[in-house]
Parts: sequence; C-alpha cells; structure tokens
Amino acid sequence: MDRRNFLRAVALTGAALTTVKETDAMSVLTQSFETADATKKYDLVAVMGGEPEAMFRKAIAEMGGMGNFISKGDKVCVKPNIGWDQPVEMAANTNPKLVAEIIKQCFDAGASEVTVFDHSCDDWRKSYDSSGIEEAAKKAGAKVMPAHQESYYKTVSLPKGRSLKTAKIHQAIVDSDKWINVPVLKNHGGAQLTISMKNYMGIVWDRGYFHANDLQQCIADVCTYSKKPVLNIVDAYRLMKTSGPRGKSLSDVVLSKGMFISQDIIAVDTAAANFFNQAREMPLKNVTHISKGEELGIGTMKLDNLNIRRLRI
Amino acid sequence: MLKKIRIALSLILFTLITLYFLDFREFLPHRLSFLAEIQLIPALLALNIVILISLAALTLLFGRVYCSSICPMGIYQDIVAWLSKRVHKKKKYHYSKAKTLLRWSVLAGTVLTFVFGFSFLLGLLDPYGAYGRIVTHLFRPVYLAGNNLLETIFTSFNNFTFYKVSIYTLSLFSLVTALITLLVIGYLAWRNGRTWCNTICPVGTILGFLSKFSLFRIRFIDEKCNMCGLCAMKCKASCIDSKNKQIDHSRCITCFNCIESCNRNAMKYTFKKNANEVPAYTYMKEEKPVNESKRRFLSATLVTGLAAGKLAAQMTSHSLLLEEAADDLLPKRAFKRQTPIAPPGALTFDHLQEKCISCHLCVSKCPSHVIKPAFLEYGLGGMMQPKLYFDHGFCNYDCTICGEVCPTGAILLLTKEEKNHTQMGQVQLIIENCIVYYDETSCGACSEHCPTQAVHMIPYKGMLTIPEIRPEICVGCGGCEYVCPAIPHKAIYVEGLRSQNTIEIEHEEVEEIVIDDFGF
Repeated sequence: MDRRNFLRAVALTGAALTTVKETDAMSVLTQSFETADATKKYDLVAVMGGEPEAMFRKAIAEMGGMGNFISKGDKVCVKPNIGWDQPVEMAANTNPKLVAEIIKQCFDAGASEVTVFDHSCDDWRKSYDSSGIEEAAKKAGAKVMPAHQESYYKTVSLPKGRSLKTAKIHQAIVDSDKWINVPVLKNHGGAQLTISMKNYMGIVWDRGYFHANDLQQCIADVCTYSKKPVLNIVDAYRLMKTSGPRGKSLSDVVLSKGMFISQDIIAVDTAAANFFNQAREMPLKNVTHISKGEELGIGTMKLDNLNIRRLRI
Repeated sequence: MLKKIRIALSLILFTLITLYFLDFREFLPHRLSFLAEIQLIPALLALNIVILISLAALTLLFGRVYCSSICPMGIYQDIVAWLSKRVHKKKKYHYSKAKTLLRWSVLAGTVLTFVFGFSFLLGLLDPYGAYGRIVTHLFRPVYLAGNNLLETIFTSFNNFTFYKVSIYTLSLFSLVTALITLLVIGYLAWRNGRTWCNTICPVGTILGFLSKFSLFRIRFIDEKCNMCGLCAMKCKASCIDSKNKQIDHSRCITCFNCIESCNRNAMKYTFKKNANEVPAYTYMKEEKPVNESKRRFLSATLVTGLAAGKLAAQMTSHSLLLEEAADDLLPKRAFKRQTPIAPPGALTFDHLQEKCISCHLCVSKCPSHVIKPAFLEYGLGGMMQPKLYFDHGFCNYDCTICGEVCPTGAILLLTKEEKNHTQMGQVQLIIENCIVYYDETSCGACSEHCPTQAVHMIPYKGMLTIPEIRPEICVGCGGCEYVCPAIPHKAIYVEGLRSQNTIEIEHEEVEEIVIDDFGF
C-alpha cells in the first residue's frame, strides 16, 4: 500500500466515524477502493483526439470498466448539462452522443433503470429538444424526467456547507442508487468556469439563492451533498471559451476533443480548467469554487499527487 | 340532413379551435391557426382579402353559415341553448321583432370608436376574440388542472408522459371580462337562443345585412304550410313570423332547425326565388327618423370618454414618473417599468392597438409564459392587449410562436433571424441593487441568460466580475430581469419601447484555435 492509498484509507475511516448515515457514499468509496487494489487504478483519466463516444469507451476502460461503478440492479441517474435552447455545435449542453454512450454502458453493467434530467435555464422543453439529449437518451433506453417544478425536488441537509445548509435536490438523484455527473466545459460569466461542480446547480431547485448568497461558496457547499456522483465525466469535445454559459455564436466555441473522468470532482475540474486555459487564459485561482471545494475536503487540486492516465486517440 | 351536417361541422370546428387554444404541448399542428384566421374580424384586420371574399361569398350564397358553424361563440350559444332545452323540455322560442336600431347602433359605435383609435370595443364585442378570452382565462386553468391530475397519477407510476404546469391568474381584468362575457351571453342563449348574435354582435349585424341578399335561403312553401307555428317555436334566432309566413333573413343563422321541425315539409332551403314572396323586413323605415341624433350622441359620448381616459392615464403616468425621481436618492430601489413591452413583431403600440382584438391566442400559446393581457399600461384603448412580463419566464430568443398564431397581424410573423434582431425593450441596470456591488460576491446570472451579451461581465474588484450593459444590442427578452436574484429589488430590468427597433449584431470571426496538449 503506497502513501496515497494509506492516506485515503485514513480519510475514509475518519469519514465513516464522523457520519453514520453516509452509507451510500461509503459503499461507493469502498468499492472504488477495492478496485484500486484489484487492477492498476487511475485517479483520473484524460483522453484527447477522438469522437465523444470513442473517447468515453477508452476512458472508462482505463478506469476498469463501468462495472466498477454501477452494480447490477442499480437505479442510475445520469445528469448532463441541458441548460440551454442551443444546438449541439454551440457546446452549451453536454454532447448527446456521450450521454447516450454512458446510458448504454450503464445498462450493460446491469443498471435496472437510467434517468436523465437537468434543471434547465432556458425553457426546459426547448432545451431538452434542441440539445438532442432527450432524443438520444430515450433512444438509449433512459427515462427523461422533467425538472421545471419545485414538486420534483426533495430537501436534503448539507451539514458541511458554509453558506448553504440545505438544498432542494431533484428526486431522480435523491432516489437513485448511483448518479453520474456529465458536465460540459464552458466559460461562465459569474463563476468563471462551469464544469462538474457548477453542474450541481442543475440538480437543485433554488439557484437564485446560490447567486444571492455567495455563488462560489454555494457551489462548493452543494458538492458536499452526501450522495456523491460515482463518476464525473467532463465533456470537452467542444468547449465554450467565451460568452458562456449560453454562448452567442460559433466564434465562442472551440473543437477541443477532450474528455476527463474522475471520481474526484475537484481533481477533474482542476484538470479541465487547465485544459480550458489553453483556449483562453483562465487562471485557476479565479475559479474560486474549486479551491473552496478543496477547503471543504471534497477532493484535491494537487494533480501531481494523483495517478493520472493521459491518452490520445 | 342539413341540420345534421351543420351540427357535425360546428362541433368539429368548435372542438378544434378550443383545443387549439388549450393545447400547450403542441400536439396539434401549427396549421390549425387557420381556424382563427378564417374568423371575420381577424381577417378584416389582417386585410386577408381571400378570406374576406370567401366569407362574403359564402354568406351571399348560403346565408349566415359563418354564424352557425364557424364562429365559436355562436356554437357556444347553441350548446347552451341545447342544454337549456334538455332542462326545460317544453321550451319554446317566439318570434320577436328585429332590434334593428340597437344592432346598427352597436355596429356604428364599434366602427366609430375603432376609427378614432379606440379598439377596445371591437376587441370586447368581436365574438371570436371574446370566445378566445373565455377559453384562455376560464377553460385553460381547468384543462391545466386536469393535466396536473393526470401527471400526479402517471408520475406515481414512474411514467413521465405528463408534466406538471403552473396555473395562475394572468390578469384579473381579463378574467372578469371573460367571466361576464360567458355569463351574459350564456344567459341570453339559455333564455332566447341567439339573442346576442342578433342584437349586439357586430359580426352578426354585418353578415345579417349580407344574408338578406343570399341566394340560398329558407323559404315557406305556401300551399303546404298551415301556419301551425312549430317552426317559430324551434327558431333560436326568433326570426320566423309564422303567422305571416315571413322569415327575417338578416337574423336567420341557417341552423335548419325549422326545416327539421316542420311536419308538412312546408319549408325548404332553396335557390329558387319565390315570386310572391313579400320583401323581407327593411331597415330603412324603422331606422331613418330615430337614430341620427342618437347615434351622434352615442359616438360623441364614447369619443369624449376615450379622450378623458387617455388624459387620466397620461396624468397618472406623469405622477408615477415624479415619484420615481424621488426614489432615485435611496440606495436600493424598486424598478417601475414606465413603458410596457409589446410582443416581438408588434412593431409599435399604434400598430398593436389598431390590429389586436385581444383574443389572447398568443397568451395561451406562448411556451415561455411571458405574455399576459395589459391593464392600463397601453392606455384605455389597449386594455387586455398582450404585453410581456417576466414573472414566470423570459422570451425565448429563437421562438416566434406568438407571431405565427396571431390571426390579425397585430404580432407580425417573424423569421428566426428577424426575431433575433428585434428589439422589444432595452435593458436597464440599477447597480446599487446588484449582488456583486453590495455583497461583493460572484453572480452573473443576468449575463448568463443574455443571448446577445447586451449584459456582459467585466472585471471588478479582485477576481469578481460585474455586469455591464449595452442597451443598443438588447432584444428585451427579459432573461436578465427574470433571473436576477437580488432582493428585495431586482438590479436589472427591461424598459419597453413604443416602437420596436432592429439591432445590429457584430459578426464575430471564428478563430482557429488548436489545442494539442492536456494543459496539466
């Protein structure tokens, strides 16, 4: 056992001792911990140069396959970014091909049900439609759920949050066995970047509260929700470098052909932010919700300490 | 047979147009908007010559088929009258004299006020518009509640075929107007059938005049008729004088109930002109001596009322302006929209007021729920006409549905490209209300939603960014206003424009950026 795994084991034991109710998160973490022993496990996989579904297949294989994260009979929720009434080329929403491939692999791994939703910013009917995600997800066999009414949300408490102590989270996540966070990499006028952590704002009902009560801190706070995604899959096939998160025209978009996968949400967002920095200068220190998240102990920004697999197609 | 065809046709058209108003999921094809376009007043306002000629020809040929089968308000009255008959089995109609003076006075008043730029009366009395408001404000909430009930049931079985929708009162004034219209016309129909069509309805008066000359019409066959009066008892238009074997064709809505009721086949719907038929009631005799001064008085009253109302509205808006100026001194302040925002494609307030009959089809159909009837924002004449508000959403940048459905051309049909460049209003920023300004924390919700980046974030203290506005490229969609989380007063809002503009959006070249490294 190397030092990293030892540290993780210590942290895990600590977490287990402090909270009793976090059984779901526990099982997830122990599971990944076991697989780390079984195969040579990477903390983060970065892929470049392929189509979204091809890059995902490569990346998940490097992570030991979907079976490492999804068990037989699991009710899975896949949460892409479907925020905007924009076509695929604008990269305002997660790539539908990627979403479809993830759903397919969930079913292959034995998932009993896959649900897809997002609390859209634009009219949800139009966003679900224009993004191409509703169609792709349904074709892949997933259930596409609405998220435009408060009644779909359940209140959860966030004891570790600083500005945000409770949040109303969509029932598709609250009631799921596992969930997968699938953001798209974009510039964001307020938060600077929107990646995996910012994608949490699509699982909550009252986004206005976030904006009104220190947006960056609230983003970090909501990521302390006990049910963590089993995977964060950052779609950087196209990235929106400017005018985000909605985008004005194709001049905002770069065909970057990247993808980042990790269980560590801070690490994956750090990696994606560094990737973004090549398209447009975006110092990591400006994206303060990432460092605030690290402070809350939900992950690490120190990529050098991680076992990272870099792949090109 | 004729009656059966009439009933079938009426019910089909009535059901379709009602469902078209109610259908919020776009199950029905957009092409059904023709059901609104073929209505007389909308066609008149849209100057749709083809439809106008067709309707005139239809009436000149066959009588008031429009009133019996096309007009949804007419069919609504038939349904009420039918129900009334189910309750009072022995219900009989009686012949009554034509209310010629009343009919023409109402028509004259409507036309005059319209010509003087006060289109409220036309909007109020147009049967299609009035029916549209009834569906929008009274039937629609019920329909939505039904949807929500189904949603609850289906969702509990993990089936997401239905989704929940919000139900709220759009405008108390329009709701009350719709309710009064429904009750008054319903009451008249319950008592006496088509009274409203033959006394108040301006469309009924116009088509009634035309149908006096119709080629096909219901006629008595003298030798067969024994003047039993059965036909008059069945005539919901009360236009059959069976004692004199006369039919007032200006009031006959060709429902064919009389023909069906006659035991002796003494009534026929024929083309052939009967030689010894006495000319139908003429209006001239009754009309001439009485109404000139009265009519002048009526229109003068209306015009004076209109002018006074406008003056009053101007005065109130002026005093509001003064109050606003005083508020300026306070640190956080509420915004008050001075000018309403007309739907995209309404061009100018004058254009909207000239064309709109407040049928509220746009209100019903707007997928973003941003159109609602105005109260006094446009002045008295513009009451109930559509305006944008952002309590429940904002105008979708690429959406052109309101213009597609508008039957009168009040909201012009825009292409997506035109819509993207149409400025309905301009953004206003009250920086002292902004979260970044007074809390010094990140926000950017406004800029996030801005499709043209008329609101964009610029560097502020430390790593913060703060909104900056460029009203000249703002389309007025209200995304920023809707989403602004500042409390108690929003920091950003849209001010309407009397006349809509076209904005220039700079074309940005696509930069070739190649990323060939991971960057970490």
